[in-house]
Amino acid sequence: MAIDSIVLLTPEEASRPLVDRLHAWVATVDHKRLGILYILFALFFFVIGGIEATIMRIQLIRPQNHFVSPEVFNRMFTMHGTTMIFFVAMPVMFGFANYLVPLMIGARDMAFPRLNAFSFWLSALGGILLYFSLVGANGLYGAGNAPDVGWFAYAPLTAQTFSRGHSTDFWTLAVLVSGFGSIGTAINILTTILCLRCPGMKLGKMPLFAWLNLVMAALVLIAIGPLTAAQIMLTLDRYLGAHFFDTQAGGSAVIWMHFFWIFGHPEVYILVIPAFAFVSEIIPVFSRKAMFGYPIMVAATVAIGFLSTAVWAHHMFTAGLSSNANTFFVLSTMAIGVPTGIKIFNWLATMWGGKIHFQTPMLFCIAFLFQFLIAGLTGIMLSAAPFDWQLGNSYFVVAHFHYVIVGGILFALFGAFYYWFPKMTGRMYSETVGKLHFWLFVLGFHLTFDFMHIPGLLGMPRRIYTYELGRGWDTWNLIVTIGAFFQALSILTFIGNLLWHTFKGKAAGSDPWDAWTLEWTTSSPPPAYNFAAIPTVRSRRPLWDLKHPDDPDWKYE
Amino acid sequence: MAMNNSYTRGAPKVIIPLSLSMTAFAQAGAHSLSPTNIFAPVSTPADMIFGLSVFVLAVTATIFVVVFSLLLYAVVRFRKRADDDGREPAQVYGSDQVELAWTVIPILIVVALFMATARVIGAVQKAAQPPSAIEVVAIGHQFWWEYRYPALHVVTANELHVPVSDRAHPTPTFIKLLSADTDHSFWIPRLAGKTDLIPNRVNHTWIDPHETGLYLGQCAQYCGTQHAKMLLRVYVQSRDEFDRWIRQQSQVAHVGDTASDGQRIFETTACINCHAIAGTVADGQFGPDLSHLMSRETIAAGAAPNTPENLKRWIRNPDAIKPGSRMPAMELSERELDAVTAYLTTLL
Amino acid sequence: MNATPIMMSDRQLEWELPSRGHVAMFALIAAEAAIFAIFVVAYIFYLGKSLTGPMPKDVLAVPIFYTICLLSSSVTIHLAAHALRRGNIAYFRAWWFGTIVLGAAFLYGTAHEWHRLIYQEGLTISTNLFGTTYYSLVGLHGLHVIVGLICLSTVMAFALSGDIQQQHTYRIDVLSLYWHFVDVVWIVVFTVVYIIGR
Repeated sequence: MAIDSIVLLTPEEASRPLVDRLHAWVATVDHKRLGILYILFALFFFVIGGIEATIMRIQLIRPQNHFVSPEVFNRMFTMHGTTMIFFVAMPVMFGFANYLVPLMIGARDMAFPRLNAFSFWLSALGGILLYFSLVGANGLYGAGNAPDVGWFAYAPLTAQTFSRGHSTDFWTLAVLVSGFGSIGTAINILTTILCLRCPGMKLGKMPLFAWLNLVMAALVLIAIGPLTAAQIMLTLDRYLGAHFFDTQAGGSAVIWMHFFWIFGHPEVYILVIPAFAFVSEIIPVFSRKAMFGYPIMVAATVAIGFLSTAVWAHHMFTAGLSSNANTFFVLSTMAIGVPTGIKIFNWLATMWGGKIHFQTPMLFCIAFLFQFLIAGLTGIMLSAAPFDWQLGNSYFVVAHFHYVIVGGILFALFGAFYYWFPKMTGRMYSETVGKLHFWLFVLGFHLTFDFMHIPGLLGMPRRIYTYELGRGWDTWNLIVTIGAFFQALSILTFIGNLLWHTFKGKAAGSDPWDAWTLEWTTSSPPPAYNFAAIPTVRSRRPLWDLKHPDDPDWKYE
Repeated sequence: MAMNNSYTRGAPKVIIPLSLSMTAFAQAGAHSLSPTNIFAPVSTPADMIFGLSVFVLAVTATIFVVVFSLLLYAVVRFRKRADDDGREPAQVYGSDQVELAWTVIPILIVVALFMATARVIGAVQKAAQPPSAIEVVAIGHQFWWEYRYPALHVVTANELHVPVSDRAHPTPTFIKLLSADTDHSFWIPRLAGKTDLIPNRVNHTWIDPHETGLYLGQCAQYCGTQHAKMLLRVYVQSRDEFDRWIRQQSQVAHVGDTASDGQRIFETTACINCHAIAGTVADGQFGPDLSHLMSRETIAAGAAPNTPENLKRWIRNPDAIKPGSRMPAMELSERELDAVTAYLTTLL
Repeated sequence: MNATPIMMSDRQLEWELPSRGHVAMFALIAAEAAIFAIFVVAYIFYLGKSLTGPMPKDVLAVPIFYTICLLSSSVTIHLAAHALRRGNIAYFRAWWFGTIVLGAAFLYGTAHEWHRLIYQEGLTISTNLFGTTYYSLVGLHGLHVIVGLICLSTVMAFALSGDIQQQHTYRIDVLSLYWHFVDVVWIVVFTVVYIIGR
């Protein structure tokens, strides 16, 4: 492929006043720009969430520490969880989906560009609302600041009696508003994939990235509703005297748990399935082989989507549900391990017999495979309900889900950043600095999250601002905190690498990785209209067919 | 890439001795690593969970070793060499047999794990309560534990006493779990898995510790500011010692004549709104029962040792020891503090 | 600016994909259904669990007339869309107006019922669990009726100014889907509240 000139800014665009250029970004309905806005928004909140985590880790570096008060610590873990899930992980996945789905399916934009913009700005509003609580939440009793009820806000701790002031309401409103944005984006992604594919791209011919985002979008539509409903109920309780979760009036605290986790469990699949999508695009290209078992990968993902709606009460094993209920949820949770394992084996089989190139995107995906395997196995441990009666609500669970979210999802996300950075900016990042980021982060991640399992096994519950001497938890907490600093350092190299090379990197060309899906046929970055002529495709790897006319994929699919 | 090979066929020969030696090794040093180590069980529910956990760990460890090795092998064996000719490798799109193998084997593993798990769930949750069982009602408060022994007419706080249970003639303790305000969770790792205390709901748990001693734990469901210091102390005693403790706890509070000044201050200040002292006018329910305060080793649900100095510090300003606790500073003068503390130290 | 052409041979591909509007509206309906489902679950869960206060069978009167109004409005909106497809603008306007009238009648019925429940029976959202779940479920549905009526009225304004033509059938179809959804939700709510729950 010929190296094209970088078209971040044409001469005419560069001469427009800064205000005009900024306004173009604010008022944009272009899926590529909205994608980048989502990603930048997520990165901003990622840094904030990381600072919140660092504050907690410093407080926990030794027993009976006094770095922050219990009130502040409790706000930290609430804000950290809420920020990372709703204002980092979801937006960044929506951002990548926005940017890549139309390009990969040969469309000019998403199905509803204005809805796209509206959904983004709703999410942005949600983020601002959550942090406005820091200044705006002083309520009737002068109590309240940032919310401190935990990111899953169990009732009745969220009732007016126990949470005075408006901090809880800021949590509710911020998440509610961004939830509407999420539904809008999900409608957009679903409609785009079903209705805007280019000729020849039957559902069985579209990239796995598109399939997995389709499943993710469907899950968003089903899962966000229960959360929205629960939050409306909570607000009615707090302001109109309703009794949904009012145990004094016969209400049930357990039903909040049910409603929340009916959302909460599919939510984690909403986060991880796009990570699977990244890995499913990167591993084949860097192994120089087609994805092994494409139909099974699709079927496994759809199965995971369905099953994920039937496992929620494994978050409630300690709530005292009946043995029959507990047994059912053990079965459904263990069952979901089967299609998930199948996916790991298929990625492995894709690498098997290939020629693996160890550039930064692939390094992150390989680490993803190792780490996601471990995360899945600790998940199996937790799925054995009696084992969860010990491990649940302890640092073992915290270690498990951070292993999934950081060791799995974030690693895949880093891979995606490096893989598509050349397409989005037209420039290459530095491989050396990329590898430095990788190894630093591997070190920091494992120091923190491997050793975090141990205090859990030794009886340390979660969400405690300090702990007693003589429990045997001290050394492990120290190691965990040290790892956090390595991760922070590594993130700085990551941001520096991408920021610097956005403006100063070498031209990347339209297809620096010798890849096979449609986004690599456009210039880097793509023009506003994506494709001069809407392509027609005949296989899952249209570029492979072009590059290997003697041996095209459509002969074998 | 067949998965149905000698690795899995020989697995039982490896797993069983491995599990047994892991068990022995774990229990040998476990309780010295931590007084709340889940791998140092002394009571049947914790024992059963331990047994299940060894099986689950063995299975997951085996899966890990197998898959990890394959991944490592793939990454090393199939890396692009320096002398690569630039040609694409053979494109393999899938294999039905392989897919079948790595679907069926995990399903079988899931079935085995599920059956082992279901058995333990039934054994713990459906355990019958024998007539010899001690019945306790535990009520969670922000941020302390209330214990009632209805049949034995005892009300106390924060330190639970139970008799040791002989395996041959068990005397387990069956605990009903309630909450006065928000969610809590009762977790003493060496005795049992945790069970939540949820308002407007009755939960149950049981323990039958085989060894005497003090067992530690703490609240395991975030319940507000001082969730971290809602500690649990369970004293497992010989039958004689337990009976003696019960006798002492079921008496009315000790009344001496030298502490009447402090008692008067206690009874005319708001103390009696929250606290109860058996045999006096104080019958508040919001805070811990103080009838036999001095029989406890700690105050404020384990937040500080029970000494007169700490008692005085606590009454002067609870936030100094446990910021965010529900007891307000009583605004007493130094003289009043001394008098009340002296009175409380007579409550044996 | 280049885009590598990936045209295969000259043969024409039969390439028809579902319509955007319908797919998006079904997606929205799915999301809304999830929200309603939770309120219905809460209603059923709390049946018989109120500690005090009026019980459903004491105070609820089955709103047969207003239900018929709402369900008939599904018929009229269908007839309106049918008329527009045929190009019959006058009939379209008439049936569309009828839909709005029937929907508004339903809303009036709900308001009337609530007025009676609040002022005569003393049932509010904070009275007991029944009040909480009843007002929230019926209220959420009513809110969706209001939103629907706003959309329908907007279309009515366009229809009266002559801006709706036969080529807009597609958009009218998509909007009708929403209105039908609102009716289906009412069938569920009606069954749960007035039949099962009483």
